[in-house]
Amino acid sequence: MIPAAFKYATPTTVGEAIDLLRANQDAKILAGGHSLLPLMKLRLASPPVLVDINRIAGLDYIRQDEQLGRLRIGALARHIDFERSALIRDRYPLLWDTARGIGDPLVRNRGTMAGAVAHADPAADWPAALLALNAEVVATGPNGERVVPLTQLYVSILTTSLTADELLTEVRVPLPRPRSGGAYEKLERKVGDYAVIGVGAQLVLNGDDSVLEAGVGLCNAASTSVKARDAEVFLVGKPLAPDNINEAARLAMEASDPVDDDRGPSDYKRAMVRELTRRALRRAAGRARGGQA
Amino acid sequence: MSTEIVDTLAITVTVNGESHSAEVEPRLLLVHFLREDLNLTGTHIGCDTSNCGACTVLLDGVSVKSCTLLAVQANGSSIETVEGLEQNNQLHAIQEGFFEEHGLQCGFCTPGMMMTAKSLLAHNANPTEAEIRRGISGNLCRCTGYVNIVKAIQYGAAKLRGETPASTQEAHPTHA
Repeated sequence: MIPAAFKYATPTTVGEAIDLLRANQDAKILAGGHSLLPLMKLRLASPPVLVDINRIAGLDYIRQDEQLGRLRIGALARHIDFERSALIRDRYPLLWDTARGIGDPLVRNRGTMAGAVAHADPAADWPAALLALNAEVVATGPNGERVVPLTQLYVSILTTSLTADELLTEVRVPLPRPRSGGAYEKLERKVGDYAVIGVGAQLVLNGDDSVLEAGVGLCNAASTSVKARDAEVFLVGKPLAPDNINEAARLAMEASDPVDDDRGPSDYKRAMVRELTRRALRRAAGRARGGQA
Repeated sequence: MSTEIVDTLAITVTVNGESHSAEVEPRLLLVHFLREDLNLTGTHIGCDTSNCGACTVLLDGVSVKSCTLLAVQANGSSIETVEGLEQNNQLHAIQEGFFEEHGLQCGFCTPGMMMTAKSLLAHNANPTEAEIRRGISGNLCRCTGYVNIVKAIQYGAAKLRGETPASTQEAHPTHA
């Protein structure tokens, strides 16, 4: 399968990339290419211009910024970079879990977090994890940078609130608090398939093990990635007793709206949201109590 | 100059140590460049939908699906394909492993499987069986040959570590 013909540009700075996007409103950005190129080969997408950002130096960082209070992730940080990072493994277990389950090893060698976030596929794993973590993105356009909370990014399937001349240059995740931990649970039929359902959970615990903060994000559970706010709000201030975990999981299920497809009927998927939320919350709690800073 | 938009691009790619230059359309996939422009048909096209890994090559040492990469993206890079494994008429240790352990039946997945194995062993000289299985999880074999593929990679790993592995396969029965 061969993509339709397109024109190609290789900017070497973010400014050049923005200029190209401004001059070519139907252009698409090529980062890892593991969502875009398959769509182009199937002719489901035929952008007239590709702006390949892979030649822009210095966008592949994953670093903590104490002053900003954020983990900062550049537009070219690939899934494999998370999988191989001791920082991510030790301090951001939800991100580490998520990275290790995306696609397959060959996909992870190329695909980027920022690309997956900007692609806005509700079946993608990163947005669910990042919604649980209260992440933000930095959108860079002709007038400079703006910070967009992930909760304000997703409009509908494959559609974000970014404008055509903006490049998603950075993802930002709050630095981990004391007694915090997270986990990602993914049900998949086979390696490389999209999740039947995925659930990311992030917890911050008080000294008495009650919940100070909770985050729950759902993958492939509706027409956009879902932040299960009712479940999050319910847990705050409560101990993680089985009844409370069950009720939070039920609320997460109520926040989902999956469709019947070849990965299963919608009632099965709703049940899986509930079960995976339970599992993710239990593992997140274990990691939070384990003293991971 | 780098806000320039082009219809074709002159690229130079080093493949198995040899430099190749060509003027290509941006939509040319790396796998088609290798197979059709360079006549290196050892890299197979399996599913053509980024699933099966038959087209795996190494891009600057990193295993990638060459059906999901544009040739222009490889401009200035170094590519290794299955044709580059054998050196001076000597099979690479991984190839020897696939031979000794019967790591193939039809052979269609084998080039991609061996390139993934090379990249895996470059990062982990002594992987566990679980690590090997996880490492090749993006490469599909439809002859259900994973047991021997894992053994083949273990054989290749041992050889690359300087050990002298023995095949686990039963010797062929001799006929009187």
